[in-house]
Amino acid sequence: MKKGNKAWKWLDDRTGLSEMIVPLAKHLVPPNAKWWYVFGSATLFCLLLQIVTGIGLSLLYQPSSDTAYASLEYITNKAFLGSWLRGLHYFGASGMILFMGIHMIRVYIMAVYKFPREMQWITGVVLLFLTIAMGFTGQLLRWDDTGVWSAVVAAEQMGRIPVIGKSVAYLLLGGETVGGSTLTRFYSYHVFIFPVFLFLFVGLHVYLVFRNGISEPPVVGKLVDPKTYREKYEKMLKKIGVPFFPNAAWRDVVFGFLVILTVSLLAYFVGAPKLVGPPEPASTNANPTPDWYLVWIFALFALMPPEIESYVMAIGPLLMIFLLLVLPFLSNKGERHPMRRPWAIVGVLVVVAIMISLTMEGNKAPWSPRFDVTPLNQEIFKKPTPETEKGMQLFYEKGCLFCHKIQDKGGFRGPDLTKVQERLNTQEMTIRIVNGGEYMPAFGGSLSDEELDAILAFLNSEKN
Amino acid sequence: MEKKKCENCPTEMAEDRRSFLTKLTFVLGGIGTLLIGIPVLGALFEPLIKKEKKPWRKVGKITEFKVGDTVLVKFPDGDILPWGKEISYTASWLRRVDEENFEAYTINCAHLGCPVRWIAESELFLCPCHGGVYYKNGDVAAGPPPRPLQKYPVRTTNGYVEIRSEEIPITTIENS
Repeated sequence: MKKGNKAWKWLDDRTGLSEMIVPLAKHLVPPNAKWWYVFGSATLFCLLLQIVTGIGLSLLYQPSSDTAYASLEYITNKAFLGSWLRGLHYFGASGMILFMGIHMIRVYIMAVYKFPREMQWITGVVLLFLTIAMGFTGQLLRWDDTGVWSAVVAAEQMGRIPVIGKSVAYLLLGGETVGGSTLTRFYSYHVFIFPVFLFLFVGLHVYLVFRNGISEPPVVGKLVDPKTYREKYEKMLKKIGVPFFPNAAWRDVVFGFLVILTVSLLAYFVGAPKLVGPPEPASTNANPTPDWYLVWIFALFALMPPEIESYVMAIGPLLMIFLLLVLPFLSNKGERHPMRRPWAIVGVLVVVAIMISLTMEGNKAPWSPRFDVTPLNQEIFKKPTPETEKGMQLFYEKGCLFCHKIQDKGGFRGPDLTKVQERLNTQEMTIRIVNGGEYMPAFGGSLSDEELDAILAFLNSEKN
Repeated sequence: MEKKKCENCPTEMAEDRRSFLTKLTFVLGGIGTLLIGIPVLGALFEPLIKKEKKPWRKVGKITEFKVGDTVLVKFPDGDILPWGKEISYTASWLRRVDEENFEAYTINCAHLGCPVRWIAESELFLCPCHGGVYYKNGDVAAGPPPRPLQKYPVRTTNGYVEIRSEEIPITTIENS
């Protein structure tokens, strides 16, 4: 015991470890910063989990386009606890995105971005985009069919950037097509390039928290004045401040532990997304959808009016980055309390509501044709006739059922046609089928008169 | 604050010498960074610097294709890397328009690049991602695509149909 003590003293004297760490651990923080303040550290805990599990995965992963998928199958099905490890990395990423979002909302609602914490907000915005980039590139490293096609979709989005769009797209793919360089590149982005910037900005972000102090919870009527804020803050800390460790840190630890526990349980019992088959850029059976945190963007691209879409894709992200970055310069003083900034609350609610509804819509993807729908059978008819049965078969073969529902079968893009005869007469139906409409192709060229008649008979028939 | 003199130095370092040494540090540091950085940037921008070959690829005998039919043909990309294997292949929807002419459409939707499927019965290409639909000649029939399906150059030589492998079609803000 004594020897150990002596050795520690020697080490501490030569390295200055406690000189460095103790002031950081014991620095004073506002006493009333409670459970609202745990989301930033939860994000950091998730990042640490990502680093550790990422290193674990790198021991088993093959970053080459022809073997990556096989190594993922190995990790998932054969490697010792490999499936759990993959699950941890997946739910860790999900947790990081989720808590980063909540942390950002908390910071915005409490107007923490105001003086003197503008740079904390700005570094946070950079971290937000780096984290999304990490999430997206990580999803691609799964290198299954969805991964490959997601790379193409990302390249297409980049393509909409004016003037340099094509170059950015090819740079992302590592060439003019998806090829041998694509995965290597995404591996480098995900494992080296983005993490370098991520660590740099996390370091800066956390350093700034120490430099400018944890924000005190806002009080109605207590205004931020850049001229006096720092002095007042210091005075408050001297008067009522408590040491960060352990007075405040225990909450971070408890919440962080719960996060890690939840991630572990989800990873073990639910597991990472299933692999959807090896990558085949020459196959057209892929149906790429992103992981849950990007589904809202996927939905947005389906629902936006096509005329403005290219502009939204090109300018939207830039505008979003710009607005987030200038926020602390638009208002860096005055009220911080959300009750005095009702529009901030409204804004957050609107954005969150839009994102949730887009995500729900994206999960349903009603605009996507349902290729896997099974043929209808004659039980749907009250009185089947040869012609209505032929129509029913054509309705399936011509792909109508991919987008239209008959009873409980079919897609969602177009209206349910089970009882269409109550809404439209035969002539109106004919016009729509032959000429199409906004979301419906014209079938005039690909249907013979007999086929059209059979389909009309089918649509006009009474169904159960 | 009064400047302290360097106690052990014979003379105070001259101002211009100090400024020279400051500059030297930055110049040497800069040159060092460039020496290492340029090849790394070369690797980063290699996809834009390299000239990719665009060879013609045989996709089958002319007689294999029926007039009016649209079929999926698979062929290697232009500039393939030895370790690329399956990933170096791409595909095209090849339509024999008449006895003489073929048209080869990219499988990439003009909206966001997802692979479109050919529904022979209704003569439509359908995209699984956002519901884009094209007619058999590649024209937009419905949904969000801003332009028709892009075509690959296609020719017939010595009884074979050949498609020229091209870059993946990127819809830009200029051509949308």
